[in-house]
Amino acid sequence: MITERKDIQLDHRVISDLIESKSTVLDLGCGSGDLLHLLIKEKKIRGQGIEIDDQAIYKCVAKGLNVFHGDIDSGLAEFSDKSFDYVVLNQSMQQILHVDKVLTDALRVGKKVIVGFPNFAYYKSRLQMFFQGRSPVTASLPYQWYETPNLHFLSISDFKEYCRKKKINIQRSVCIGQKYKVLWLPNLFAQVGIFLILK
Amino acid sequence: MIKEKINQDSSVGVVKTQSFTFESLKLESGEKFGPVTLAYETYGTLNQEKSNAILIVHALSGDAHAAGVHEHEDNAGWWDAFIGPGKAMDTEKYFVICSNILGGCKGSTGPASINPKTSKPYALDFPLVTVGDIVNAQKRLIDHLGIEKLLAVVGGSMGGQQVLSWLVNYSHNLCAAVPIATTIKHSPQQIAFNEVGRQSIMADTHWKSGNYYDGPFPLKGLAVARMIGHITYMSDSSMADKFGRQKKGSAEPFKFTADFEVEGYLRYRGDNFVKRFDANSYLYITKAMDNFDASGGRRFEDILQGTKVKVLVISFKSDWLYPAYQSKEIVKACKLAGVETTYCEIDSTYGHDAFLLEVEEESHLIKHFLKKVFYAYEVTGDYGA
Repeated sequence: MITERKDIQLDHRVISDLIESKSTVLDLGCGSGDLLHLLIKEKKIRGQGIEIDDQAIYKCVAKGLNVFHGDIDSGLAEFSDKSFDYVVLNQSMQQILHVDKVLTDALRVGKKVIVGFPNFAYYKSRLQMFFQGRSPVTASLPYQWYETPNLHFLSISDFKEYCRKKKINIQRSVCIGQKYKVLWLPNLFAQVGIFLILK
Repeated sequence: MIKEKINQDSSVGVVKTQSFTFESLKLESGEKFGPVTLAYETYGTLNQEKSNAILIVHALSGDAHAAGVHEHEDNAGWWDAFIGPGKAMDTEKYFVICSNILGGCKGSTGPASINPKTSKPYALDFPLVTVGDIVNAQKRLIDHLGIEKLLAVVGGSMGGQQVLSWLVNYSHNLCAAVPIATTIKHSPQQIAFNEVGRQSIMADTHWKSGNYYDGPFPLKGLAVARMIGHITYMSDSSMADKFGRQKKGSAEPFKFTADFEVEGYLRYRGDNFVKRFDANSYLYITKAMDNFDASGGRRFEDILQGTKVKVLVISFKSDWLYPAYQSKEIVKACKLAGVETTYCEIDSTYGHDAFLLEVEEESHLIKHFLKKVFYAYEVTGDYGA
């Protein structure tokens, strides 16, 4: 089956463009393994996933991926320093209990780290908050407050500030909407921020 | 739930146990022991490149009869749900081998075999074999079958210990290893349960220091050992589901009859086991399990360093005899050694028995994992792949 590149999720395309071919990638919270599968096909990477949900693991295995069943919070400690070229946290960082600890560890285990997260300061979220006084529900934050797996709500500016404070070097950042990259006022108009960082 | 259905009805059909005898085996203790006979069965066809062979290694009470049926018998092999056309170990693709372990009592040389020097059963003259010895004997069989490199070695429980031993000692002779519900080394709790089983056998007056082959046999002791074993193979919830506090119907005259279903079940299991298993084999094999340490006192990750073998580790949530943390230790070592590894803890309530019973999830994992390994193998055509 040939998938047109435009049919692939935009965040996956962006991440694939950030990754050098034939590198090694650890995907934390790899879900059903779509991103790893894409990276193997497009970039000939050697990939390893970590995922907590067993049904998602069965899907990864059916794709021929290497995956560990476990949670991200405790799964990283067992890797040696710089054992991967990239550690990816796509749409999983906001669901981790101890983000700071995991990011620090991810920067230890990976030579570079890629994070992708929903932007809480997206203008539609702001409008919902401001005019309706309700917790925002948007395409990138699709959950009601009582069923959301997200533990942390951060904006693109929040993340930049975090990196500045922790002396983390932001090598690239790509902010995107549903279908396009957002170049102008990303903290207002982007739904997802993707950062390539290193220490 | 996994949507894709595995055909559980297809069978390899009628099979025959074969045997292979070789003159002697150098044991890990240094002793030379022989002759050694191994009973084995094979299913499927070895391809021309001899690249599709899978070795199945059995647990404590298993044997060479892993799949299909013997002529004039109804009982399917102990892992029949996993081996056959279209199953996890697809016999239309793979050549599957299973042998009874050295020290066993189902056709391979063990304490019940005749010692050629005395023309009597070995009994306790049989040497204290190790998991390593068991695997070395299997390697001889694989050589005999003309297979240089196995596609995979697969096994659960004590079978998993053998898989780890293959991984440590013969990593150049296999592409993949699938240790299931197993451990790098036994914990004190596991040793303790085995010791109670052994004590039960040795406390039977019929055991007579192992010299019981003229009869009567230490059946009571062996049955109790098996009953203890069965408790550890189930889980609190699987026992509750299976038996509840259900009482058996008939009012019997004696005070301590098996009133509860669970008591009847354990007695039945115990009484059945003694018909097919040798008490001395039970002693020798449990001792080999307890003595086993895949790391040989070193750090396991150091031993795995540089191996090209792909590993699939499987554990089960309710398994308290070989708890998931023990499988995670194997996974941790693989992580540190940079070994390509997949790990899944299957959500099951069956306890340790799950490795025989969780057909759907376990089959899915094994099937796709083997496919990946086999495919890469064919594509590269590289023996080091």
